Amino acid sequence: MKRIESVNDFVVKFANVNGSGSASANELFAKAILRMGVPVSPRNIFPSNIQGLPTWYEARVCEKGYLGRRGGVDMMVAMNPQTWDADVAEVDPGGYLFYDSTRQLPPSSFREDLHVIGMPLTAICNATYEDARQRQLFKNILYVGALSMLLGMDAQVIETLFSEQYRGKERLLESNVRALNAGREFARDHLDPIGLQVRASKKVGERIFVDGNSAAALGCVYGGATVAAWYPITPSSSVAEAFQKYCSKLRVEPSTGMNKFAIVQAEDEIASIGMVVGAGWNGARAFTATSGPGVSLMTEFIGLAYFAEIPVTIINVQRGGPSTGMPTRTQQADLLSCAYASHGDTKHVLLFPEDPHECFEHAAAALDLADRLQTPVFLMTDLDIGMNQRLCEPFVWDDARQYDRGKVMTAEELEAGKDFGRYKDVDGDGIPWRTLPGTHPSRGSYFTRGTTRDPYARYSERGPDYVYNVQRLLKKFETAATLVPQPVLRKAARKTRLGVIYFGSTSPAMNEALDSLTEVGIHLDALRLRAFPFPESVAQFLAEHESVFVVEQNRDAQMRSLLVNELEVDPSRLVRVLHYDGTPITARFITEAITDHVHAEASTPKRKARSTVQEQAV
Amino acid sequence: MTYLAKPRLHHPALQTNKVGYTRRDYEGKVSTLCAGCGHDSISAAIIQACWELDIEPHRVAKLSGIGCSSKTPDYFLGASHGFNTVHGRMPSVLTGANLANRDLLYLGVSGDGDSASIGLGQFAHAMRRGVNMVYIVENNGVYGLTKGQFSATADRGSKSKKGAINRDSPVDLIGMALQLGATYVARSFSGDKAQLVPLIKGAIGHGGAAFIDVISPCVAFNNHAGSTKSYDYVREHNEAVNRIDFITPRSEITTDYAPGEVVEVLQHDGLMLRLRKLHEGYDPTDRLAAMNHVQMHQARGEVVTGLLYVDPDASDLHAALNTSATPLNTLGRGDLCPGAQALAGLNAALR
Repeated sequence: MKRIESVNDFVVKFANVNGSGSASANELFAKAILRMGVPVSPRNIFPSNIQGLPTWYEARVCEKGYLGRRGGVDMMVAMNPQTWDADVAEVDPGGYLFYDSTRQLPPSSFREDLHVIGMPLTAICNATYEDARQRQLFKNILYVGALSMLLGMDAQVIETLFSEQYRGKERLLESNVRALNAGREFARDHLDPIGLQVRASKKVGERIFVDGNSAAALGCVYGGATVAAWYPITPSSSVAEAFQKYCSKLRVEPSTGMNKFAIVQAEDEIASIGMVVGAGWNGARAFTATSGPGVSLMTEFIGLAYFAEIPVTIINVQRGGPSTGMPTRTQQADLLSCAYASHGDTKHVLLFPEDPHECFEHAAAALDLADRLQTPVFLMTDLDIGMNQRLCEPFVWDDARQYDRGKVMTAEELEAGKDFGRYKDVDGDGIPWRTLPGTHPSRGSYFTRGTTRDPYARYSERGPDYVYNVQRLLKKFETAATLVPQPVLRKAARKTRLGVIYFGSTSPAMNEALDSLTEVGIHLDALRLRAFPFPESVAQFLAEHESVFVVEQNRDAQMRSLLVNELEVDPSRLVRVLHYDGTPITARFITEAITDHVHAEASTPKRKARSTVQEQAV
Repeated sequence: MTYLAKPRLHHPALQTNKVGYTRRDYEGKVSTLCAGCGHDSISAAIIQACWELDIEPHRVAKLSGIGCSSKTPDYFLGASHGFNTVHGRMPSVLTGANLANRDLLYLGVSGDGDSASIGLGQFAHAMRRGVNMVYIVENNGVYGLTKGQFSATADRGSKSKKGAINRDSPVDLIGMALQLGATYVARSFSGDKAQLVPLIKGAIGHGGAAFIDVISPCVAFNNHAGSTKSYDYVREHNEAVNRIDFITPRSEITTDYAPGEVVEVLQHDGLMLRLRKLHEGYDPTDRLAAMNHVQMHQARGEVVTGLLYVDPDASDLHAALNTSATPLNTLGRGDLCPGAQALAGLNAALR
């Protein structure tokens, strides 16, 4: 029988039951491989439930450094009888199935083209531990131990991780090490060697392993956010929780023990954005974190912030929609609802970080941009980046970096007689000057609202005043295109008429797909978008390519719509590549979709098939 | 018309207060509300209170929602920053503003439609959070801007100008504020300036969530016989529990009340409320008694006014959050950014 043989390049998937304590064991497994210098990218695939439902953890080990999902599974650790059939079916031929063999299973439960590894985990735990919870928890450590032996991993590395985790809790440390070793010894004595191996390498380097929500929260700390208001919603809650954690550590006045931050868990999303609007109007850097349904509730306030021109930062960790959709699955499906949030003519700034490193960078940048532009700025992450730990470049901060507080007129400037018209475009960039409440006894105060006004903030329903205002807002949006993070171009090795556009969490899968496509002779210039509005270079990229694939994780090709709408490009030149089943997009999916399209076009060259829909089979 | 600014000229001999402002410096634009609107009297009372308390107008931030009442911040304290937010959601915006700069005086003006209908949730949560502010509801039981629909404080069985009968029970914001933990709860009547001005002054001096429900008759849509929010009804059924005078420790006591039992309530920041009891045994520091008193009189068709409850030791949201005494909006990069070295440590912990 065929046997998958690979060193440092395979996918292990753990099928568990939610609430069984497997998450930390699985993470331990991934971290141990990272400590051996081999890149790993894990993903939690979990249900919208507290306990009892199926949950998966997919760890991709890849010395080459690809961090996206590859597609396919080389080894399944099948710990959930409920999902047995589907889990077994998912393994690639020649792959491995690790299971708890305490109870004998009929041969029909297996596949002939798989290598089955049975270990009586329950039996061992029942014999070793009295306590029911311990029996459950140590089952997970036992399989990590067995796997580490099978894969040839360094036991010392795992023990070191344990000692870091249980520092000061010697009893826990000792019992975990004992369970780990029991697993290793069982594998050594009773299990056959396998074809998958982990060998120490030096491919991880100085990179860090962190989830995007923590990274965005830390970006808000470094970016100077002092007010956070939020309402719990998956998958964004851990942004606010991490902000609280970092602030408690980094932002307490040593002399007084008082906090240089204020965090409020509001009564709902409407109140949380309301607080952010109030704080932004009053000159504090403020943000909220939410997901699609929260953005829906916030839209009235987002419109107010847009029109009254108040800095607001919104971290939208996207999940599967519409409505409650798939709350614990990932998508990039809030692009249109955020870009044009609220009623009337509105346009908002969106940033698309590709990984936790950029979550940090862009969160700090979002606070600067919101102040500079006096407008809502969305940090558009998603569950895949937000809740999964990802290997990424370390966070960087230049101590010389100043906060861009934008055009805030001071008491001295007002005193010097500088003309203040709150909604007046004095600099020709569409961005007016503002004053903060309490600045000057007699100058610079204004009354703002969501209703229209003249350049001096005086209520006015005169047509010309309204048109001046909304045209200025458009000009401000054009200015925004010059200030947002610019797209990243990756040129093909040879000249090509084909391009591909992608953004956000698609990035790691795309990096791999581009290499795979090159190998089969398909050369693409690739542009990774990092923001909306689109900088000039995006229009240029579209103009330079005959066909451009637009890869995104939603059903309706929302980024393609934005490109068509904002850049007036011929839609037939933009080819949809869409993935939207809630799982992170894979390199295999992108490669196949683009290859199929290119081959179809090559076989019928005269066919006008450039807008062919390339979608996942669902 | 609100876009016409009032001329700022005034007689040079006009009396100034301790911070050098005349009463006219506390005015705003010309009101666009109907002649005789109770809301204009409330604006006048706010102007009076701020002038008498020597508050620098620019140290006030005035916020409102949507509706007739919410238009009024444009008509007083023209030198303050004002923010007319969205319907019913002023409390959250005020909360955020307060978090950003704890040093300003926050004045939230709302109406019964704004606070008791669409904004009931935000009203409730602002009260329970103890945001340091003066929250005034200009309560007329009707939607004036949209021409006469019932609000949630309209009386059951009352008739709208178009002839519709209200089938729903009214929301009593005073009862809610008491129950939710507001630390200064008062009710007054727009037609009783003598009572309203000291109540506003007391609320300004209070160090927590201060709520004043002001019955403010709508002359256009709800000032008819049978409405408990009409001028005549409130005048006839007004049941004041006390008379309040607000005293700063350094100032002389200028009000000379008629003899009677006097209670002095010293608030934690050193400000003094002097209450002349009209009702023997009414104790404004007993939350439970206040709730009972209001309910009992309400059942008799009486409108209880005055300072109904005060917690002299009130604290606010900042105290609960242990926020720095320095306003958050004045902290700079040096205060806020932990710097590259700390980041290196954080990076190391993530390997």
